[in-house]
Amino acid sequence: MNKILSSTGMEIDIVPVEGELNVGPQHPGSGHMRIYVKLNGDIIDDAELDVGYVHRAVEKLSENRNYMHLIPLVERPAILDSIHMNLGYVMAVEKIIATDVPERAQYLRSFAAEVNRIASHLYGLGILGIFLGHSTAFMWGFGDREVWVTILEALTGARVTNSYIIPGGVRRDITPSIMDMTKKAIEYTRKKLLDWRKIFFYNPTIRARLENVGVMTKEKAIEWGAVGPNLRASGVPYDVRRADPYAAYSKLDFEIPVYKEGDGLARGLVRLDEMEQSMRILEQIIKEIPEGNILSDRFFKQIPPIRLKKYWEGQHRIVLPGYYASFRPPKGEATARVESARGELFYYLVSDGSPKPFRLRMITPSYRMIYPFKQLLKGSRFADLVSIYGSLDYFPPEADR
Amino acid sequence: MTTLSELIKEFQSLKLQAKLESPNRATLVVDKDKLREIASLLKSKGFDHVISVTGMDYQEQSKLEVVYHFSSYTVEELKDAIVALRSSTSYEDPNFPSLYSIFESVWTGERETFETLGIYFRDHPDMRRMFLPEDFEGVYPLRKSFKIKLEGVFIDKPV
Repeated sequence: MNKILSSTGMEIDIVPVEGELNVGPQHPGSGHMRIYVKLNGDIIDDAELDVGYVHRAVEKLSENRNYMHLIPLVERPAILDSIHMNLGYVMAVEKIIATDVPERAQYLRSFAAEVNRIASHLYGLGILGIFLGHSTAFMWGFGDREVWVTILEALTGARVTNSYIIPGGVRRDITPSIMDMTKKAIEYTRKKLLDWRKIFFYNPTIRARLENVGVMTKEKAIEWGAVGPNLRASGVPYDVRRADPYAAYSKLDFEIPVYKEGDGLARGLVRLDEMEQSMRILEQIIKEIPEGNILSDRFFKQIPPIRLKKYWEGQHRIVLPGYYASFRPPKGEATARVESARGELFYYLVSDGSPKPFRLRMITPSYRMIYPFKQLLKGSRFADLVSIYGSLDYFPPEADR
Repeated sequence: MTTLSELIKEFQSLKLQAKLESPNRATLVVDKDKLREIASLLKSKGFDHVISVTGMDYQEQSKLEVVYHFSSYTVEELKDAIVALRSSTSYEDPNFPSLYSIFESVWTGERETFETLGIYFRDHPDMRRMFLPEDFEGVYPLRKSFKIKLEGVFIDKPV
């Protein structure tokens, strides 16, 4: 205990009262999980995360579904980040059936993913705000998010679980009106992000609650296998979009925001900076998106001519060819990873030649943050539990899958 | 530092079953008792964290397999690489040595593999259930012998 206190530079006499406390699952500060804390005074000696309240057994269900029928299932765990969940899975399927993706579809994938990233980060910041009692941030987060959700809705036809990406391409083409909407949204959000900085991040109360709280050093972040913005806030410049490029990211110009501090504030600011970079990517995509087809020729040829006529006359919506219902991929296995809003999302797909996957392993970013979360709680003050939780952007349904 | 293809050649020269699947994916197959040794060798080569721990059940062969996927945050040449380390055991002896003392990041994955497939990882500090309810009974859910009731999707024939 003295060791913990001296490391934080605090010299306070604490009454050594030991106790145990359940935070959640109904506690507003826990989400759908229970945190079992062992306290000494108000310092957390040990914390145990009781996850699994929203477990939906995607990995088991995958053994009984065709590859296409799995798409709506795998994107359920993080409904506010469904494009990424969708994209990662489809990339793994594409590797197994060895199909190509046309250039325009690649750009559209990046477009949808970045819109979703901004929406997800705004959600995360809003939740961080309400955890710290800053209701304005909560309402702003959810209000600003609406702008981007509307764009996704216009692009994909669904508000939350948009099964937009399919093996070989995407379902719908972008229209000039969506591009105009995006331009307006970028303009609005740029202004709004300045306000976010002023009213949320430069707010003395918020700074006091976040600065030097839950510090994850660079070495520890690597050792614990942290991912995404939480990793980059600890000074590791790792981003799957750069390290292992997918979709159109190898052709796009963007920076990866990195902070050295590794505390709650840095984790929040990384996400704020990332939104700016995402908007930069969106502007480039709108300008540079190449002409062409949005589905691989291999599948496009299978669409019946009458439907194809509708495709050219209408809004370029794909009606799936019959092949998709229950294709039998060759034996083999594939790994795919994408940088989702919360970090690296990994899929491991094993096919045994039947129309159903033999094994699907889905490693979501929040799942990988379980261990760092537990370790960060140890030795911090009880009041900081919510700050750490909020700043990690931990999303229980995503961890449980 | 070395690239992935050089690394795999090095492993092959050590008489290990190593294969380069694509420029940035590779697989190593090892015996259970050499698992820890190879894992620490991989760590010394720059693979600093584990992405996933996957358990697989081969019912016909009464065999259980564990696949670890390693990746690297720090080494520039290996940033896009993923190495899979596979090892298998029989139903009679569902035991593996835990890699926790080498890679702390296996904590969650090994615990989940334990509860869903019944593979015990020796020396793991917290080998308890994590996701399943406390009163869950019966066989391990991810074993192939665990069947779930299906309602049937419109396109399939009923099972």
